Amino acid sequence: MNEGLFINIIIGISIASVPLIFAAIGELLVERSGVLNLGVEGMMIVGALLGFVVMSHTQNPFLAVFAAMLGGMAIASIFAFLTQFLLTNQVATGLALTLFGLGFAAFAGRGYTEETIQLITAVPIPYLSDIPYLGPLLFSFNPLVYLSFFMVYLVWWFLFKTKQGLILRAIGDNHDAAHAIGHNVVRYRVMAILFGGAMAGIGGSFLSLVQVPIWGEGMTAGRGWIALGLVVFASWQPFRIIFGAILFGGITILQIHAQGLNINVSAQYLSMLPYLATIVILVSLRIRLKNKTNRTVPNCLGRIFHSTT
Amino acid sequence: MSNRSLSSVLKLSILSVVLAFTSNVYAEPVKAAFVYIGPTGDHGWTFAHDQGAKYVKEMMGDDVIITTVESVEENSDSERVITSLARKNDIIFTTSFGYMNPTVKVAARYPDVKFEHATGYMRPTDNISTYSARFYEGRHVIGKIAGRMTETNVIGYIASFPIPEVIRGINSAYLAAKSVNPDVEIKIVWVYSWYDPGKEADAANALIAQGADILMQHTDSTAPMTVAEEKGVYAFGQASDMREWGKNAQLTGIIDDWGPYYLERVQAVKDGTWTSTDVFHGVDSGMVKFAKLNNSMPFEVRNEASSAIIDLSMGKIHPFTGPINKQDGSPWLAEGETPPNYPDLLTMDFYVEGIDAKYPN
Repeated sequence: MNEGLFINIIIGISIASVPLIFAAIGELLVERSGVLNLGVEGMMIVGALLGFVVMSHTQNPFLAVFAAMLGGMAIASIFAFLTQFLLTNQVATGLALTLFGLGFAAFAGRGYTEETIQLITAVPIPYLSDIPYLGPLLFSFNPLVYLSFFMVYLVWWFLFKTKQGLILRAIGDNHDAAHAIGHNVVRYRVMAILFGGAMAGIGGSFLSLVQVPIWGEGMTAGRGWIALGLVVFASWQPFRIIFGAILFGGITILQIHAQGLNINVSAQYLSMLPYLATIVILVSLRIRLKNKTNRTVPNCLGRIFHSTT
Repeated sequence: MSNRSLSSVLKLSILSVVLAFTSNVYAEPVKAAFVYIGPTGDHGWTFAHDQGAKYVKEMMGDDVIITTVESVEENSDSERVITSLARKNDIIFTTSFGYMNPTVKVAARYPDVKFEHATGYMRPTDNISTYSARFYEGRHVIGKIAGRMTETNVIGYIASFPIPEVIRGINSAYLAAKSVNPDVEIKIVWVYSWYDPGKEADAANALIAQGADILMQHTDSTAPMTVAEEKGVYAFGQASDMREWGKNAQLTGIIDDWGPYYLERVQAVKDGTWTSTDVFHGVDSGMVKFAKLNNSMPFEVRNEASSAIIDLSMGKIHPFTGPINKQDGSPWLAEGETPPNYPDLLTMDFYVEGIDAKYPN
């Protein structure tokens, strides 16, 4: 295998993984606060559409990504309103959000299927990217790739190094107790849901702004669901999201390359691997939970908080 | 996976809205329905069928009421969609190979409704017709162009599912490319989807990284074309003219023109002359057309492609003309022999000799 092909595979994996990292790290924070939002796919597709639309009108990548973020947040705010103020069932509301997002984006994006835009391209970091081997491997990615890693770090830092992060985790584990000592459960959760929407929106826009310069309905093709699986795979630990996303994305890219190189692997079996891994991790989590040695699942995940005072 | 059943719910709700709007107000017009595998905005396969449906509407005006249902997956969902359409329509076009079994099943239950299944071969009841186009004739032409234009001698092929239609295309393109360039090699990547722009782009990038300087696709989005344009390699439009996404990249494109056939069949229902038929039209009848040959190609290449198109339209050549062996070396066609439509072409499940790839199972 030559060097160019190797670097191309790495870049391919990064492009396949980054939308997953964004969407999953957002959802991780949401679930840490005790809310299960199954609407990731819907928020991603709206982000993909808005990013594309703004890019095609303004040719400004910053505005495009910003718009995608706002789009994801707008959809998420519907979820926040319904589940936090009207106390609707989170699973049903999340599913409805996905259906709504897919349908809305397909409808609103009708006029944009015939257009194409300028992709946001990689920006090699000056000097550093000229280092042989390491340069192209570490310093020649798309800016959004670095941002995704930074967001993972930020979420980790917030959750485990700040007081607000501690409160958020406490709310996720026992909202009644957190409420009793005076924390505003609903406010924390609404903020977390909006953050989740923003991240899903950016993740979705990565598809239509970095991966392919087109908009097509349903172009997220199930990536939102993979992101949800990733949060479980990562057992709610931020840095494991990166590992999981690279595993999921890497298998997609590697099996494509293996086919082209005529390496005899079964594409179907490889595609099953990440999901199998998720199931295995779920089972092992369950066993560890039984032994009470590890409690990573937010205790109040998906439970409705109803303040009586 | 759960999003499958979700999308079914979504589709059914869309369907019921669509049906509500096309309810039985006029007794006279023919009611025709189309079931699509992808979104009409894919600018590929579904787009081409939808253009056909629009053509029927344009030509027949108030004499026809058309219902279309997009993005219907090839699982049990499709049977529900076809069933609900059968209750309200006179003729139903199911436009993907995977709708074969559901179409056959529903047709048996609704003997008064006419069914038209694209690219299939099963007609157990006399209210089903099958129709397809000889797209492999189109692949023959782009194969010749690719064989001449490639400098790395590697053609990248983005394939969807291993069904006869797709296998025919791969074999035809390879044989044509090989006939003008004995050193040519074809790399095939199966993405197991008809429409996933992200994955199609991943496949295109991977093939280019592995040395392909010319891409063919049998998936429905414009993503591979945009990658080809960005990376400065060549590609061919699929099902419709994709020049908009690859001004330099697109050498030509295979265009599906279903309009005249759809018009003929819907008119036949109106006239009461519809019978079960099996249609397999090609370049000769205009069902398979080509996008403009890119002027950046050398004159000789354009000339060769034009002659191939003319020969195909006059029935002078057949893309599968013996001697051809199967991949394992066993003989398929003898010298000068051409294959029958059924079973050889319509159920094709092997690569021809020379393709260096494992046949997917």
